[in-house]
Amino acid sequence: MSLTRREALGLTAGAAAFITFGGQLAHAAAAETEEAIKAFSGGAMPESGKISLEAPEIAENGNTVPVSVSVDSPMTADNYVESVLILAEGNPSPAVATFHFTAMSGEAAAKTRIRLAKTQNVIAVAKMSDGTTFMDKKEVKVTIGGCGG
Amino acid sequence: MAAPKPRVKVPKKASKGEVVTLKTLISHPMESGQRKDKQGNPIPRKIINKFTCEYNGQVVFSCDMDPAVSANPYLEFTAKVEDSGTFKFTWVDDDGSAYTTEKKLAVE
Repeated sequence: MSLTRREALGLTAGAAAFITFGGQLAHAAAAETEEAIKAFSGGAMPESGKISLEAPEIAENGNTVPVSVSVDSPMTADNYVESVLILAEGNPSPAVATFHFTAMSGEAAAKTRIRLAKTQNVIAVAKMSDGTTFMDKKEVKVTIGGCGG
Repeated sequence: MAAPKPRVKVPKKASKGEVVTLKTLISHPMESGQRKDKQGNPIPRKIINKFTCEYNGQVVFSCDMDPAVSANPYLEFTAKVEDSGTFKFTWVDDDGSAYTTEKKLAVE
C-alpha cells in the first residue's frame, strides 16, 4: 500500500492525537490517586516498607477480589498504626476503604474483598501514630471488571 | 429486599492478652451508584459506609468504606483481649440505619 503525502500526514497527526489523549487519561487517574495519597499522608509521598499488601496476581472476577494488608508495628498505646488506606488506581473513583486501628487491635492486619473495574494497581498506605507513612503496591490482572455498565 | 443480616465469627474463649481474629460479614448489595438499570437510568448509590467494632465500649477497629468494596462486605481483623467482655459490631448504611450485633468472649 502506498500513501500519498497528505494521507501520511493525516495518519501521523491522528496517531499523535490518540497517543496524547490516551496518555492524559492514564495521567488523570494516576494524579487523582496521588492526590488521595497525599491528602492521607499530609503532603509527603510515603516510603516503601513496613506495610505489605496481598492480592491475587490474576482475579477472574473483578467483583470480589480478596485483599489483605498487614503492617509491621508493635501496636502499643504510644506506637501503633493509626489507619491504612486502600486505593485502586483504575476504578472510576480510586478510594476503596480506610481501616482505622487502635492499640486494642493487637495487630495491624485486616482483610476484605473489593471491586476492581479493570487490570490495575492496588495501593495500600499506612499511617503510623507518629505521622510517618508507608506504602505498598500490587498489580492485579482482572478478567471480568467489577463495576457494572 | 431482605434486611441486611450480619454474621460474625468470634472465638468463645481466649487466654489473657491473646490476639484473636474476628471475621464479619453482612448481607448487603453495596450498590455502587455506577450501574444502570434496563432503561439506562443510574441506580442510586446505597452502601454500608462505616463499620465499627467495640470491645466493652472501647473502639477496637473501624473502617470507612467506599463503593469499591464488594457486595456483602467481608472484614477480617484482630483484637487483643485482656478481660472477658462483649464485642459490639455496628454497620452504618447510607440511608442512616445502623445494623448491630453482639458477641461475648470469655477470657480465662
